[in-house]
Amino acid sequence: MRYRKTLGATTWTFDSLAQVMAKASPLRSGDMLAGIAAGSAQENVAARMVLADTPLTAFLAEPLIPYELDDVTRLICDTHDEAAFRPVAALTVGGFRDWLLSEAATSEALAALARGLTPEMAAAVSKLMRNQDLILAASRCRVTTRFRDTIGLPGTLAVRLQPNHPTDDLAGITASILDGLMYGCGDAVIGINPASDSLGVIGDLLRLTDDLIRRFEIPTQSCVLTHVTSALQLIERGAPVDLIFQSIAGTEAANASFGVTLALLQEGLEAGRSLKRGTLGDNVMYFETGQGSALSAGAHHGIDQQTLEARAYGVARAFEPLLVNSVVGFIGPEYLYDGKQIIRAGLEDHFCGKLLGAPLGVDVCYTNHAEADQDDMDTLLTLLATAGVTFVMGVPGADDVMLNYQSTSFHDALYVRELLGLKRAPEFEAWLARWQITRSDGRLAPARAGHALLEGFS
Amino acid sequence: MSPPPDPWSRLARLTPARIALGRTGASLPTREVLAFALAHAQARDAVTTPFDSARTAHDIEALGFRTLEATSQAVDRATYLRRPDLGRRLSETSRQRLAQAAKAPCDLAVVVADGLSSTAVHAHAAALLGALQPVIDAANWRVGPIVVASQARVALGDEVGEILQARLVILLVGERPGLSSPDSLGAYITFAPRVGRTDAERNCVSNIRGAGLSYAAAAFKIGWLAREALRLELTGVALKDESDVETLGAPTAPPLPGAAARNSS
Repeated sequence: MRYRKTLGATTWTFDSLAQVMAKASPLRSGDMLAGIAAGSAQENVAARMVLADTPLTAFLAEPLIPYELDDVTRLICDTHDEAAFRPVAALTVGGFRDWLLSEAATSEALAALARGLTPEMAAAVSKLMRNQDLILAASRCRVTTRFRDTIGLPGTLAVRLQPNHPTDDLAGITASILDGLMYGCGDAVIGINPASDSLGVIGDLLRLTDDLIRRFEIPTQSCVLTHVTSALQLIERGAPVDLIFQSIAGTEAANASFGVTLALLQEGLEAGRSLKRGTLGDNVMYFETGQGSALSAGAHHGIDQQTLEARAYGVARAFEPLLVNSVVGFIGPEYLYDGKQIIRAGLEDHFCGKLLGAPLGVDVCYTNHAEADQDDMDTLLTLLATAGVTFVMGVPGADDVMLNYQSTSFHDALYVRELLGLKRAPEFEAWLARWQITRSDGRLAPARAGHALLEGFS
Repeated sequence: MSPPPDPWSRLARLTPARIALGRTGASLPTREVLAFALAHAQARDAVTTPFDSARTAHDIEALGFRTLEATSQAVDRATYLRRPDLGRRLSETSRQRLAQAAKAPCDLAVVVADGLSSTAVHAHAAALLGALQPVIDAANWRVGPIVVASQARVALGDEVGEILQARLVILLVGERPGLSSPDSLGAYITFAPRVGRTDAERNCVSNIRGAGLSYAAAAFKIGWLAREALRLELTGVALKDESDVETLGAPTAPPLPGAAARNSS
């Protein structure tokens, strides 16, 4: 179907809804690299005007990637909840933006709506929203998940403790974990990116974190971020696997490039749950995503990277994850060129994920060949925290010495708690107080030598 | 008064990670803010420092190699960063120059590419080639001119190898700089190079730098992989780096440092 918009003497035409979506996206290098971005600022606005007048039902009638070609499309269509969709079914995309920002969009209404929305609807409306709209609407969404603690409660922000080491040295990783705990971090997960893909090494890392969690009775969970097939093998070998990790994307072909199918994710979910290691809940999946991954795999079908990212959340929510992490600036400047593009993408991802009902955290990060620096990360962290982001990363000194990129630090988490009064997951907050790492107001107690947590380590 | 490091600062000897930094309230002490800023500046400069290809070629010629300078289709750094596809292909001029130089087939084409860290290439490329020289001589390989390539990505080696009619291409490249490793060099080895090869068809020796893999150890690994690649007629996921095993059995071989390089596609 052709779409058209006349502005003054110029008539802009778009060949498909996919083209309207791509050209309506705020400009970013990845869409330019794919050759699908708007050719001018005016074409971008014309596409947004067309999108604003498009009914939400158009996305049900015209899937951007054909149903027959792609199992993510099939998942989205087959699980669409008509009844949940009904309150907004008559709206255009523009009308939906107005509704989202109105007083009708309460936390309860948004939670009830989530399964009635497709990722494409979320992506479409985000393209009409300014940063402040993305922040305000996301701040009203509540997604709560549980394994050994409760993540996503109003007024809380969790942190993934990320203690990576360039050679997976167990003592080195332990040192970073202790440092993070002493800084009050780790309630989302203690999550290690291993340098090695050896099952022996990954098993050692799992036992290390399991020992620490049990020895100190920490109400949190561990994860070694390895392929789901490795996790399945480790479970068979009796390794203490809390969470099943997998990188996922928004198309069947991109997921294939990661070596996963929806059936394999289901197998991971069932294997993880079979261990019954969660004490408060059985959200056992940890997913990571990022704009540009489908294009990078040559699997984007001409769809813009932000829409495909929203589709990845459509995949994620089907497996009831504990955590979904958009690693927003990791992929590099050919997809998100500078601080401005990374900040915009981080806010879009968080909004779309939350609107769809996924427990979205953001790895606020950048690589050294992107036009970005720590000031940009401060800005995005502050914005996301006001938007109610579920969790962020805690990397010692913001410098990941294994993955060679910069993220947020233990100190950054303290900063944003101090600024906005955000608490940790309640069970973890109570644990920190019990170990006298924090004072009664949640602030860190003065550091002292010989703390019980450090006995036998330093 | 500067806030002290945390009382568990002894743990910092166990990891290069920035731990036990201390704090003022919720925030970093001034010294840590500045230390981080310096590390980031070094990494940024590694990306943006113009590649001195003439000096690099001169240093390599001093070892007795012939060299040839080449450029990719990315005309400047900004284009290079936005358009990885252009950094993977030779400019028309360079393509013609290489075609003229390709007189006869060779065993080995060697490319020195600036990649994302010209700093790494300036610091380590010639020295590593110096360490590789005895390996090449011992194997009696026919080597094409060493191609010094600007605004180049890893896959550029495929086109160079194809034009030079090489059985194998070794591409040395400045790796994406990290805060603690702004000058890390990588070596990518590809059998039967031709345009369109994927990363799964390469082997990699990574983290070649002062605080990482030494020149001798890297040259040993690269030599081992090149010999095996030519013997088995393949590179990539099917060729597992077992050079460590060979080292254990051969006491005269150069010793490997404790931190082994990580193979990645």
